[in-house]
Amino acid sequence: MKKTFPILGALTAILLGYALYEALVAAPTEQTMGDVQRIFYYHVPSAWTAFTLFLINFVASILYLVRRHPAADIVALVSAEVGVVFCTVVLVTGPIWARPVWGIWWAPGDIRLTSTLVLWLIYVSYLMLRRFSSSGQTPTLAAALAVLGALCVPFVYFSIWFFRTQHPQPVIGGGGSIDPRMLHVLLLNWLAFSCFAFLVCWSRYRLESLQREVDQAHAMESLMDLRGSAR
Amino acid sequence: MRNGYLFAAYAATWIIHIVYLGTIVSRYSRLKREIEDLKKPGVRS
Repeated sequence: MKKTFPILGALTAILLGYALYEALVAAPTEQTMGDVQRIFYYHVPSAWTAFTLFLINFVASILYLVRRHPAADIVALVSAEVGVVFCTVVLVTGPIWARPVWGIWWAPGDIRLTSTLVLWLIYVSYLMLRRFSSSGQTPTLAAALAVLGALCVPFVYFSIWFFRTQHPQPVIGGGGSIDPRMLHVLLLNWLAFSCFAFLVCWSRYRLESLQREVDQAHAMESLMDLRGSAR
Repeated sequence: MRNGYLFAAYAATWIIHIVYLGTIVSRYSRLKREIEDLKKPGVRS
């Protein structure tokens, strides 16, 4: 276990480096947008990784609501936290791409952009609830909020199918098309980001489990103190 | 100039990830100190 993490970390770093090289150097340059299109190789895989993490959060939250298993609660918390980080990347890289291509940073009222921002806000509120509420019911309330947040994910993804939007059509399963070499680089970056997200979730899971053990030890210690002073 | 946007997007991505990894490392260090305090007999944090 102790050796697996550094090995996987080194392999992921190599994969991320190779995916970066493929995105910046090996991928063909898009004719209309030029090099700025290469932002797509970070923007889209980050969005897919965020959606996957929110899906994991949804499954873990349902499991927690049904079985009340603490491990499911930790998985839900960790996946939401890392998912918010990836969703932040999406919300930052999107406007940086839009400025030279659309001429504006943000298209107000655009359904894809607005729904992604709302999705991010839902999961940020989920994390705030987890962070600042000390009630024993917090994991249950958070799990219920996570279920509602997860309903937003398919809406964000399919919004460009059902509404008029400035956002480009999806390259997979939608109306958009893509050069096979570009698709290869896109999938490679998705794989690299998925491995990276898995490792971050793993280390965060270990940290959270340890934190809960320490909190329990503190609680036990306080109880012992109380019993000691009562005698 | 257009390459500036490309650089900004890639740099922003890694800055966001590195800042988040930094928070994990700092939380881990804090936890390690708490565990050491718990191991010391008679010390209350």
